[in-house]
Amino acid sequence: MALLDPVNSALRRVPAWPVYICALLYAGWLFWLGVTGGLGADPVKKLEHAYGEAGLYLLIAGLCVTPLRRFAGLNLMKFRRAIGLACFFFITVHLLTWAVLDVQRLDRVWADIVKRPYITVGMAGFVLLLPLAVTSNNWSVRRLGPLWTKLHKLVYPAAILGGVHYVMLVKGWQVRPLVFLAIVVFLVALRYVPRRRSRQAGTTRVARP
Amino acid sequence: MAYRWKNDLTDRDVTDEAVYLNRRQLLAGAAAGVGLAGIGSRATAAELEPTSWEDVTSYNNYYEFGTGKDDPAKYAHRLTVEPWSVQIDGLVDSPGSYAFEDIMAKMTVEERIYRFRCVEAWSMVVPWNGFELADLLEMAGVQSGAKYVAFETALRPDEMPGVARPVLDWPYVEGLRLDEAMHPLTIMATGIYGRDIPNQNGAPLRLVVPWKYGFKSIKSIVRITLTEDEPPTSWNKANPREYGFYSNVNPEVDHPRWSQASERVIGTGLFARRQDTLMFNGYADEVGALYAGMDLTKNF
Ligand code: HEM
Repeated sequence: MALLDPVNSALRRVPAWPVYICALLYAGWLFWLGVTGGLGADPVKKLEHAYGEAGLYLLIAGLCVTPLRRFAGLNLMKFRRAIGLACFFFITVHLLTWAVLDVQRLDRVWADIVKRPYITVGMAGFVLLLPLAVTSNNWSVRRLGPLWTKLHKLVYPAAILGGVHYVMLVKGWQVRPLVFLAIVVFLVALRYVPRRRSRQAGTTRVARP
Repeated sequence: MAYRWKNDLTDRDVTDEAVYLNRRQLLAGAAAGVGLAGIGSRATAAELEPTSWEDVTSYNNYYEFGTGKDDPAKYAHRLTVEPWSVQIDGLVDSPGSYAFEDIMAKMTVEERIYRFRCVEAWSMVVPWNGFELADLLEMAGVQSGAKYVAFETALRPDEMPGVARPVLDWPYVEGLRLDEAMHPLTIMATGIYGRDIPNQNGAPLRLVVPWKYGFKSIKSIVRITLTEDEPPTSWNKANPREYGFYSNVNPEVDHPRWSQASERVIGTGLFARRQDTLMFNGYADEVGALYAGMDLTKNF
């Protein structure tokens, strides 16, 4: 653990706001590519997929923060909120791309949410993320106290739903979505590894949300 | 038997270099009514603006080369298409292995500009070059007991990176009822835009059945078998609930994953409106009779 102390103290000096900037720039750049013909033959699908993937990556990144601290002593806690909110941002534009640019009609949007299981599952994941996004601020953390920690455990089912959504939407038996689902399930399962008695130095600071 | 169906657009409209490079003119030519003698399919010539060569040859589903839309264009160059031969067997008078050149020497290649509709709810318009499948089957001599035609794609693990994974039960197989196979709209395509068909589009010869979802139009065919019984088809084997034997384009029968009521038209950009999908992909007048009396929600 001591090995990572310099890294941790260096990270303490890195601000979290660049995460937001990068998310906005990446999303905007993809959209610009789409508008200017840089996303190939089917820009709507490409954009929808790219936003969905970014959301999934960030979901996984967010789930890595706690295990990295617990098992490797790397402290990325101060970036967790930014990662979570960036994730929510990408899932939101993923949903909007689908509804506005792809399906294009409200009645069909609704019909798809109700009728197509992979959409229903993705939507369930999105709905679970909503209260988490809304309460990702210091005020909510203070107001909710221990309830906040409990509430934010919703990210586990949300992530699993996101992974299942990906497995369901591809045709045939494809490896990639299964690998992602396995990673998500593994990261969630790590939460249930029983704790040993003693905690190491370096990691004793109380977790900040 | 060739030329049993006529396009609303003519050869010149698509293959003439100048016109090929200038789609405006192509539309103008079409609007002026060039070759409107075509059978009255509902789509007007103006609707059938061919998708660009670039899009037709870069956006493909050919899972033997990977499941990504751009994988076929990236990897299909590895496929050896010369020499090529097609085994024609089953209930035919002259079974055997037919060399590609020998087939081409006997067939009349014509241009067919068809709508192409994928089950994933996107569509293109492709100016194919090819010959009628009926001509090929007649060359081999269809016997009276034959009711179906089975097709098989090449399986070359050395050349096809995608078959290392069990996405489907390889080799890819497809099938048609004999009357569907003999229909004048059904062709074996060997070219696009007047050029040899690129590997990613199914070189050297592939089936094109324009009123069915794209996956029925099997690529890089090595075997054609005339059978008495309905042959197995790959997507139906993989997921019988979602993919039927017929797989006719039908806006009223939804796939569990995609509404089939409308489609995204490839090449029209990020903000394009979806287009309503037509019954039998716009070829209802030509093929509707094949399915008279059948319950299309059951025989999907
Ligand atoms: C936890 C939330 C979600 C996650 C993690 C997620 C992730 C993904 C991923 C990774 C893909 C595949 C990208 C690819 O193939 O490259 C995808 C595709 C897709 N998602 Fe989501 N998604 C979520 C929520 C939603 C929601 C709420 C909707 C709509 C209501 C939605 C609709 C779609 C659609 C339509 C596709 C494309 C399907 C196709 O290829 O036709 N997703 N999503």
